Amino acid sequence: MEFLSDLQEHAFLQYALLTGLLASIACGMVGTYVVARRISYLAGAIAHCVLGGMGAVRYLQVVYQWQALKPLHGALFAALLAALIIGLVSLRAKEREDTVIGALWAVGMAVGIIFISRTPGYGQDLMSYLFGSILMVTPEDIWLIAGLDALIVGLVLLFYNQFLAVCFDEEFSRLRGLRVEFYYLLLLGITALTVVLLLTVVGIVMVIALLPLPVAVASRFSKTLWQMMALSALFSALFTTAGLALSYSPDLPAGATIIVLAGAVYLLVTIGFFFSRRLRPPQPALAKKQ
Amino acid sequence: MFTNRLNRKPKTPSEAKTAGDSSPVVFMENLSFSYDGPPVLEDVSLAISKGDFVSIVGPNGGGKSTLLKLVLGLIYPGQGTVRVFGLPPALARNRIGYVPQHAHLDLQFPVSVMDVVLMGRLGHRRTFGPYRSSDKDQAEAVLRELGLDRDYAHRHFSALSGGQRQRVLIARALVSDPDLLLLDEPTANLDVVSEHELYELLRLLNRRLSIVLVSHDLSFVSKYVHYVVYVKRTVRMRSASTLTHEAAHEILESEHRSVHHNPRYPGKGTP
Repeated sequence: MEFLSDLQEHAFLQYALLTGLLASIACGMVGTYVVARRISYLAGAIAHCVLGGMGAVRYLQVVYQWQALKPLHGALFAALLAALIIGLVSLRAKEREDTVIGALWAVGMAVGIIFISRTPGYGQDLMSYLFGSILMVTPEDIWLIAGLDALIVGLVLLFYNQFLAVCFDEEFSRLRGLRVEFYYLLLLGITALTVVLLLTVVGIVMVIALLPLPVAVASRFSKTLWQMMALSALFSALFTTAGLALSYSPDLPAGATIIVLAGAVYLLVTIGFFFSRRLRPPQPALAKKQ
Repeated sequence: MFTNRLNRKPKTPSEAKTAGDSSPVVFMENLSFSYDGPPVLEDVSLAISKGDFVSIVGPNGGGKSTLLKLVLGLIYPGQGTVRVFGLPPALARNRIGYVPQHAHLDLQFPVSVMDVVLMGRLGHRRTFGPYRSSDKDQAEAVLRELGLDRDYAHRHFSALSGGQRQRVLIARALVSDPDLLLLDEPTANLDVVSEHELYELLRLLNRRLSIVLVSHDLSFVSKYVHYVVYVKRTVRMRSASTLTHEAAHEILESEHRSVHHNPRYPGKGTP
């Protein structure tokens, strides 16, 4: 309740709420592809490489006074670069894919940690990059986030059928004349943009949970890809808003609260489905099997 | 010539495309292929004509899938030539309808039957944006032809039986109006009734297009197809009706040996 009354007074809370809602749209749409195509691992690697970009920009900002650059810009650049490299690795180096991507994951992070350790000041930056700082969002950040959101939604709507086909049956799509590699890299690029959006909300470490969890809940209630996207966005908005509100009065970290909430709902839904299936009478189809 | 045209059945678009086209549907000459090792296919020559119904048989690892991939232009021969409708395979793709093994698809994937069938229209349209209503009409028409009425269009792909799923994949291949239908083990994991229905369906489709399928069981397929292509590194093509007893026996013997280890095909292949 304190959250609701303070929401009207404090701009930072409104920004936080808006950030959560904007990020949820992209999260639901892109998370659905990430889950359906089973590339959560690649999304995780992209997220962790982002630390390198953020650390480097923070270093330039403090040591060389590059005030025009923001850590979010560094994140954007690093995420897109990581998506391109990871995409090419997963297309070309089939047999060594997990090794190379695991290495990129750690190297990206290591670069960030080195830059941050060489940056004078407190270690506060590192914590906010890793675990999110939704309460620190500025109006400028909101504009960048809204712009990225519009770009992601636009691309997904434009190429919905192509992404669907390429994710479901790559070989068939290639035979129908789709440039499969192009769409795969584009999808990873969009995933990278979504990761940047989400890391303001929950930070680098927890992106890997916020991306698939709403989809995992939504998949229980949806048959087609677009239904899953819409429901995931809805659940994502629910988790971020409720997490923000719940964390406010007891002064809990907002990002962590959002993730715990999402995980708890997923667990409850899974258990619910498990028991409802067990209580149902046995399927007649099984008896017909030859 | 004019009266001649009038006397014919209504022309389908696929007939219009092939009119005056005398090239064989599939043509291979002295073709060899290997994946960084011993040759998988060696000195292969064959020709499949318009209207043929051909089954590719042979032991596992004998080169059946490789042959199919060469026809689709997914891989290129080390030596020799392959032509589809007189063109390099990659250029003939818009005239090929391909039906992959449905067991390879991710059934957790959230797609409806309509979503799957519409994928077949992707090569026929602009490169982005939604499907046109003509695409949807065509998809519905093909589903109806295959005995899957409107109720099925919005069902989840994984909620179908194996035989129905196979029909949906055939619909996806047909919706681009191909002249050649390629099927990779269409009867894998199907019960005998569905298998029979599938071959009857293919026999009907063979009236308007050429069909090449990869199959494991020769005894069943030879009742339906015109030719059997036996692949085991080298290739032999035989007319199904004049398939000699010895040849059938030889093929079945090696079939039996290859399927013996495969629990998915218990007992099949034995005469």
